[in-house]
Amino acid sequence: MDIKPIKDIEKDIIEDFGLFDSWEDKYEYIIDMGKKLAVLEDEHKLDENKIKGCQSTVWLVASYEDGRIFFKADSDAVIVKGLISMLIRVLSGHTPAEIIEARLDFIGEIGMMTHLAQTRSNGLLSMIKQMKNYAIAFQAIDNQQIDHK
Amino acid sequence: MATLDLRQQFPILSRMVKGKPLVYFDNAATAQKPQRVIDALTHYYTHYNANIHRGIHTLAEEATAAYEAARHTAQEFIGAAAPEEIIFTRGTTEGINLVAYTWGRQNIGAGDEIIISGMEHHSNIVPWQILCEEKGAILKVIPVNDNGELAMDLYRSLLSNKTKLVSVVHVSNSLGTVNPVKEIIDAAHRAGARVLLDGAQSAVHMDIDVQAINCDFFAFSGHKVYGPTGVGVLYGKKELLESMPVFQGGGEMIKEVTFEKTIYNDLPYKYEAGTPNIADTIALKAALDFISETGKQQIRDHENELLAYATAQLQAIPGLTIIGNAKEKVSLVSFIIKDIHPQDVGVLLDNQGIAVRTGHHCTQPLMARFGIPGTIRASFALYNQKEEIDALVTSLHKTIKMLL
Repeated sequence: MDIKPIKDIEKDIIEDFGLFDSWEDKYEYIIDMGKKLAVLEDEHKLDENKIKGCQSTVWLVASYEDGRIFFKADSDAVIVKGLISMLIRVLSGHTPAEIIEARLDFIGEIGMMTHLAQTRSNGLLSMIKQMKNYAIAFQAIDNQQIDHK
Repeated sequence: MATLDLRQQFPILSRMVKGKPLVYFDNAATAQKPQRVIDALTHYYTHYNANIHRGIHTLAEEATAAYEAARHTAQEFIGAAAPEEIIFTRGTTEGINLVAYTWGRQNIGAGDEIIISGMEHHSNIVPWQILCEEKGAILKVIPVNDNGELAMDLYRSLLSNKTKLVSVVHVSNSLGTVNPVKEIIDAAHRAGARVLLDGAQSAVHMDIDVQAINCDFFAFSGHKVYGPTGVGVLYGKKELLESMPVFQGGGEMIKEVTFEKTIYNDLPYKYEAGTPNIADTIALKAALDFISETGKQQIRDHENELLAYATAQLQAIPGLTIIGNAKEKVSLVSFIIKDIHPQDVGVLLDNQGIAVRTGHHCTQPLMARFGIPGTIRASFALYNQKEEIDALVTSLHKTIKMLL
């Protein structure tokens, strides 16, 4: 399976956003991605997968297959969902080491940093932390298994 | 009311947000400041900054006089009987906590009951929960009807000889509802209970006369009455304040200290430990003077006109539901839009230069009562104009189109 490096996907997104010259276009694109985000089944919408912001809620689940992490997520707010969809596009399918190292500079480059700054309202920053925590946890499990061998 | 002249006194209103002229509709969270309030702050620091009350030099005398003048102005603003009934605090939250930690600890015991309402801000819930837990007391809640009004008959049925305190909001920050406080207070007094009013939202809109309504405590914040942040007022009836234990210990609040025993200062200093927030308190006077000179009735007439206009305009938007339709409301409209999360609306309105508040407004139990995650709240002040409501309506149409 050939997977594009994280940095290259980030570059693609930055280039996509470079085409927009108004805030409307930018947000219409994000909203559209939010609506297209694969549905997270209700069985995953559990409290343990919940990252509660002050206003909106994010659900995040991760699975680990052949050394790669796959994320699924959802939110009750569509703009947050659009941003989630981009984060999944960038991080999902990569190795724990790659995810841990990802700087995610694209968020600032496309002018969406304010959404991360609103830590109390939307839980987005907590979600990125949680994605990285999954990567750290899966890496730790791998290391343990290597130790045992 | 000459809104344009008034607007010019608020320098922030001429700024741009994201390339558009600012429309500020988050006044219930904090009001903007007129130039004279900003000037009062800089004038204090430029000309007579000094620690108050004990200094014998000129600067200390001037600062003390200005600080105590603010107390007199606050006294007149809410109709208190004496200046020593005015305690300067950090804001409404600190005022309520002060009462909970002093009067509450002294007067609330196991099995006693405290009544609050279903539309309280968390600041008027949590301090009482802490107290009830500590003392084994019981918190009772007045239900809210579908219009966003208190169920007064149910309130009366909650009152008993176990009720020691009724602590309710004068004006709801989430719905705009004006509660019938005189009726609430009279009924509580007949049951032998004391009453605290959370005046955070009412002080800026309503005529406040604490003696006429006969509340025992009244708390409000400076920053919501066009004054600075970090200063507020707690009013308490003198005989109550005198009988209550002290809150924080330190300088200012003492008369004499030995290692064996400390004799506390008289009111109001008994509750103002440490160097107070001198600059902001002095500037609060400028804010209260500004309101009084502009005239509360004139302000209210203008704001009510905005409220009626906004209500009519917003109701005409398909899918929009106003939460809170009380008969008596201040100039605030809370609403939801079908199939749209309030936060998304807030983000897109901000991109159009419009500042509203979205979320639960620190009233989570009230949002649960209406079965919603939160609302979009537009709250109006004396400097807002109909044209700005038109801008909000136009932007909302655009926002809904983008989101649906």
